Amino acid sequence: MGQRLRKLVSSLVVFGVVAAAAGWFLTKPEPWPASHWEGLGEADIANGALVFSAGGCVSCHAVPGAEGDAKLVLAGGLPLKSPFGTFHVPNISPDETAGIGGWTLAEFGDAMTRGVGKQGEHLYPSFPYGSYARLTAKDVNDLFGYIKTLPKSANVAPSHDLPFPFNIRLSLGGWKLLFFTDKPRVTVDTSDPKIARGQYLVEGPGHCGECHTPRNALGGFESGMWLAGAPNPEGEGRIPNITPGSKSIGAWSAGEIASYLETGFTPEFDSVGGSMVEVQKNMAKLPAADREAIAAYLKAIPAL
Amino acid sequence: MKLKTALFAIAFTGLAMGAVTAADEPQMVRQEMMKKVGGAMGALAGIAKGEKPYDAAVVTASLTTMSETAKAFPDQFPAGSETGMDTEASPKIWENMEDFKAKALKLGADADAVLAAMPADQAAVGAALGTIGPNCGGCHEVYRLKK
Repeated sequence: MGQRLRKLVSSLVVFGVVAAAAGWFLTKPEPWPASHWEGLGEADIANGALVFSAGGCVSCHAVPGAEGDAKLVLAGGLPLKSPFGTFHVPNISPDETAGIGGWTLAEFGDAMTRGVGKQGEHLYPSFPYGSYARLTAKDVNDLFGYIKTLPKSANVAPSHDLPFPFNIRLSLGGWKLLFFTDKPRVTVDTSDPKIARGQYLVEGPGHCGECHTPRNALGGFESGMWLAGAPNPEGEGRIPNITPGSKSIGAWSAGEIASYLETGFTPEFDSVGGSMVEVQKNMAKLPAADREAIAAYLKAIPAL
Repeated sequence: MKLKTALFAIAFTGLAMGAVTAADEPQMVRQEMMKKVGGAMGALAGIAKGEKPYDAAVVTASLTTMSETAKAFPDQFPAGSETGMDTEASPKIWENMEDFKAKALKLGADADAVLAAMPADQAAVGAALGTIGPNCGGCHEVYRLKK
């Protein structure tokens, strides 16, 4: 009897260890192999500045309320309230200790596209690496080069304020297993270079889906609801549907969408509002062809 | 039959009165005001983009509408008008009324300044919109909630 019990216990232990190992294997942080970030050469700073605008980095990483050139100080500190707790945006200025000045391209790139931090830890998807995962290695290299040209800040942002179990970073491996993907979000005609470019900008650096797509209880995107609109994560109001089936922009022509992104005015001369104001200012900095590509893509996705 | 007619008349009067009252409510007044500003913006943008010919009368009228409307706008937010009638006004208006007023007055002042210099051609109207336009988003960023 005693022997049986011991056998049972030891097989349970073995099972537990195997399950834990399997769990770890499935959910461990997975940076790119080092070769992914090699041989990229000198960063193209001008392109990096465009990726920086497309990515909307300042919207979260600038000091809250900063205007003009002060926005280029990526000191962090903005609190992001979410159903999972409050995230505090980190300092990503090129400061060697408080910022990312001491990071290598591979460390920066794996944070951007794999959600893996400098210490090899999982990052919280409040940092939209689930979108940035689509960035090309070249764009990441150029972006990193550009960020290094910006002013340093010694500001140390507070750490995240999250209740259990969301404060356990290991659990993020499970989140990634369920929801992390660098595959296209929808099928569009990518033989049209304009639509392909739009898909890259919207699904990748633009990270439009992070607000415009509804999420399930675990914070993953609801399937089949790409860009269909969602509750405002910051509180009251709604983030609109931006598919061709949208009541607000479905009737807009591609030209009108591009014009809205450039000027901030709708075809009826209502204006951009809320968090989209910052986004629109960034979109206005892109070449006209990029805004047209975004519009073409938004016209090509499934109507919801 | 008479009773029915009377009831109908009462109901109809009620409806009509309801409609009159609703249009007078601050929520509706300010929505109409914003539509006027949007209309003026559209008229100027049509000229700036070259879709409409330059017309000094239109420019003057549009800038005057913006100036007058913007200055009267913050008076349409009395206590009790925080909700209702699909208002998209954010509660932050009442929390920061001074800042809200300052933002509306700045739009008025910018429109006045442009009017004083009187944009004389398509390019000047475009430049004027560069001055005036950011007021719209700047205020809507904080003080408007999209439902």
